[in-house]
Amino acid sequence: MTNEMTGKKYKSKSKNALIGKIVVYLILFIIAAIMIVPFLWMLSASIKSNREVFLMDPFVWIPEVPKWNNYINIWTKIPLLKFVENTVFLTIVVTCLQLLTSSFAAYSFAKLEFKNKNLMFLAYIATIAMPWQVYMVPQFIMMRGMGLNDKLLAMICLQAFSAFGVFMMKQFYEGIPNDLCEAARIDGMNEYTIYAKIMLPLSKPALSTLTIFTFVSTWNDYLGPLIYLKTESKKTIQLGLRMFIGQYSSEYGLIMAGSVVSLIPVILVFLVLQKYFVEGVASSGLKG
Amino acid sequence: MNEKKAAQVKKLEAEFSELTQQIYTENDIVKKRKLIARRDKVRWKVTAIKNNRRISRETKRELIAYSFIAPNFIGFAVFTLIPIVFAFVLAFTNWDGNNAVTFVGLENFKSLPTDTFFLAALRNTIIYVLGTVPLTMVASLGLAILLNQKVKARGFFRTVAFFPYVASLVAITAVWSMMFHPSKGPVNYLLLTVLKVPQADLPKWFSGTLVLLTLILFSVWKYMGYYMVIYLAGLQGISPELYEAGGLDGANTWQKFRYITWPQLRSTTFFVVVMLTINCFKVYDIAVMLAGGGDGKLSTSATVLVYYIYQNAFNYWKLGYSSSIAMVLFVMVLIITLIQFRYQKKLEA
Repeated sequence: MTNEMTGKKYKSKSKNALIGKIVVYLILFIIAAIMIVPFLWMLSASIKSNREVFLMDPFVWIPEVPKWNNYINIWTKIPLLKFVENTVFLTIVVTCLQLLTSSFAAYSFAKLEFKNKNLMFLAYIATIAMPWQVYMVPQFIMMRGMGLNDKLLAMICLQAFSAFGVFMMKQFYEGIPNDLCEAARIDGMNEYTIYAKIMLPLSKPALSTLTIFTFVSTWNDYLGPLIYLKTESKKTIQLGLRMFIGQYSSEYGLIMAGSVVSLIPVILVFLVLQKYFVEGVASSGLKG
Repeated sequence: MNEKKAAQVKKLEAEFSELTQQIYTENDIVKKRKLIARRDKVRWKVTAIKNNRRISRETKRELIAYSFIAPNFIGFAVFTLIPIVFAFVLAFTNWDGNNAVTFVGLENFKSLPTDTFFLAALRNTIIYVLGTVPLTMVASLGLAILLNQKVKARGFFRTVAFFPYVASLVAITAVWSMMFHPSKGPVNYLLLTVLKVPQADLPKWFSGTLVLLTLILFSVWKYMGYYMVIYLAGLQGISPELYEAGGLDGANTWQKFRYITWPQLRSTTFFVVVMLTINCFKVYDIAVMLAGGGDGKLSTSATVLVYYIYQNAFNYWKLGYSSSIAMVLFVMVLIITLIQFRYQKKLEA
């Protein structure tokens, strides 16, 4: 009797669990669809003609005669190659500088003692919440005074030394036990070797996270290049694409093809580094 | 160098003990005093050498520490700290960037309340913040809870949800403006054919009062994946024992959320809300790209603070006025940050 009852109870419980599971998957699929449909639509539109893009009845994802030409024409319609070159150069330089200088400074803040340490760190902290938009104008005036207007170098100076990077890396390094550094010091390692041989290899998750953030924000930045880069041959891909959209707003297929091209690098970087990402966010104190 | 110093110290110490001996044996009080003075001098020399060595080692350690910081700090000070100070000064001036600077005191701030375009920008920005922050928070928390369970293809769902965050704004706003195109887009087509909305009532997503809603929806879609990751990190910090204990006490799913998950995530939620608020106040690109049309000009219905800062600075070259608007932006962000600090202190207490 009791056995039977618990059996029944168990059965209804597992039935409930099953319904719960189905609901969870249903919600997940709907959200995933909302997230991904715009991208599929982008891919689909990028191989359509201008007429086919908005053809709803019948709607097809892949047109009978795919216009692969869109992907060739976009390179000649605008100097896309130049834009890509500029953006790749900027993004790589900024990301490398950011990773190197931030982790370097963060090591000192986390593991070394020196005068004015708290004061200097306070300067970083105080500016984290300060939107760049508040001081972008005086910054531009200053850079113009330094002769950096309309130079890619201005964009590098602008983006390579963020307070955020130092803060994030410092939080991560503080989670690494001091004994490790102490032991290395007793073994006769100097600070530079400890940083390079011990700290850097341990900070892969934080470095990956910072790489994703820096890469994505530099690659996708629009307002910065809009203020600084005036000559067409110096423009970044975001600026160039936006310019193209402004000029040929009805060249839908070409716009989409250009958009797909502009997405590829960030998505590659993200896919390669994403396995460290959640861990990196969790361990670097970003959650507050 | 060090050996030389060590030898010097040794010699001085020998002299020191010899003098001590002499002091003990000397009976003449005047001579004794002279000896003591000599001995003090020697002692002073020894400590000087030792101290000198210690200071230089400390200096060396400090120099190493500074050498780690310098590359970042110099760039940071020149390109961030100085412009920030400059921005505060600029707000009280009248300057076109070329001619002489004139200080006008509070003049710029006084004309803000009568500037209708500024008021529209302020109002739109606040509406945008008030709409985007709670919606994004709820959506990202819900998604994080779903994806923290043992579901199949969890990695796939996480990646997909994060996709819009990494995708470039220019590209995805282009897709959105096509998909939500008032007359040709698939969204309105679905509304027309599936939901049978009359042709005349089809929403014009990018103009009038509706544009702010479109901006909010777009932002939730783009940013929820990022905040989901932060929530996931927070969820993983909750000890599973709490849920086991809750289960033993017979708590259902809702109760577990209400009494375990939600309180445990308090600091994460606060961080998310503050970051979201700050980021939302900075809105510019989204508005320009979705509502700006070909020339990127925003009307009063879609204008935002950063747009007006940009316009005043780089189109009208009213740098002082532009900076005073930037100060309004700064003060609002500052207030949010201060509330966060107070709240976190309260949490810790």
